[in-house]
Amino acid sequence: MAVQLEFLKGIPYFSGLGSVELESISKLIFEKAIDRAETVVFEGEPAAYLYFVASGAVKVFKTSAEGKEQILSIVRPGESFNDVPIFDGGPNPASARAMGPVLLYGVKRNDMETIFRNHPPIALNVINVLARRVRQLVSLVEDLSFRHVISRVARILFEHVGGEVGRGPRLTQQEMAAMAGTAREVVGRSLKALEEEGAIKLDRHRIIITDKEALQKIMGVPS
Amino acid sequence: MIEMPIIDVQKCDGCGLCIGVCRCNALAIIDRIVTIIESMECDWCTDCEGVCRTGAISCPFEIIMQES
Ligand code: SF4
Ligand code: SF4
Repeated sequence: MAVQLEFLKGIPYFSGLGSVELESISKLIFEKAIDRAETVVFEGEPAAYLYFVASGAVKVFKTSAEGKEQILSIVRPGESFNDVPIFDGGPNPASARAMGPVLLYGVKRNDMETIFRNHPPIALNVINVLARRVRQLVSLVEDLSFRHVISRVARILFEHVGGEVGRGPRLTQQEMAAMAGTAREVVGRSLKALEEEGAIKLDRHRIIITDKEALQKIMGVPS
Repeated sequence: MIEMPIIDVQKCDGCGLCIGVCRCNALAIIDRIVTIIESMECDWCTDCEGVCRTGAISCPFEIIMQES
């Protein structure tokens, strides 16, 4: 299947370019289909390609020494990943894995340079994209380095527990994130951390508080 | 009846991203609207909620205290 010009038009990197320019760029783009759970970019390895998601979704994540995953972003159609190492020549700062069947549009590093040389206005678009990315990562860093997020999540669970008579309000990770003033990705990790500490148990759509005292301790309440 | 993620059809734009990420085929587009199919295999991974741009799908948790 040929690279869709219509689709390229909608990619922020190429916004404002005309059909003739996109046509010439499309010749340097290749398609790559990947399956669910396939890792397309490995943290620490040299970067050869810049990718745009054409369909499906990709998660970009880092793995800690203990094997814990922290999602940095979810890349959706039209968005790119692996840009940073393509531009600075360093290794991949994070890994990227398909969340389902995914179609990617890839560009070789050298070809990206050619595209820049032939179509200088793209530089402004790219600056925009990267600036937005920096903004998103800065707020994630703030959240991650702020140790109190776990205790805030613990408090939210404690305050929303259902009573004996009726069910309490049900909360999504998105809602907990809004309440804790953090990103959804950080809530996911906090819940896992609380489970590892033995304070809660995740049982499908239920969060069971298994050790009230441990949870209160994490909340900072003396028991 | 098994609890399943909740869809707000008013917010859904039919992009299909959630369907692609769901491991258990619990989601499908029927007449341009995303529909949920009960599945014991849904493990509440919340990927569908995470990927949805419009906030049309949600995986709410019930919080309960273990009987001591
Ligand atoms: S990801 Fe959201 S908007 Fe897209 S089909 Fe699914 S529920 Fe609808
Ligand atoms: S929570 Fe996970 S398994 Fe369940 S419907 Fe959503 S994506 Fe599918």
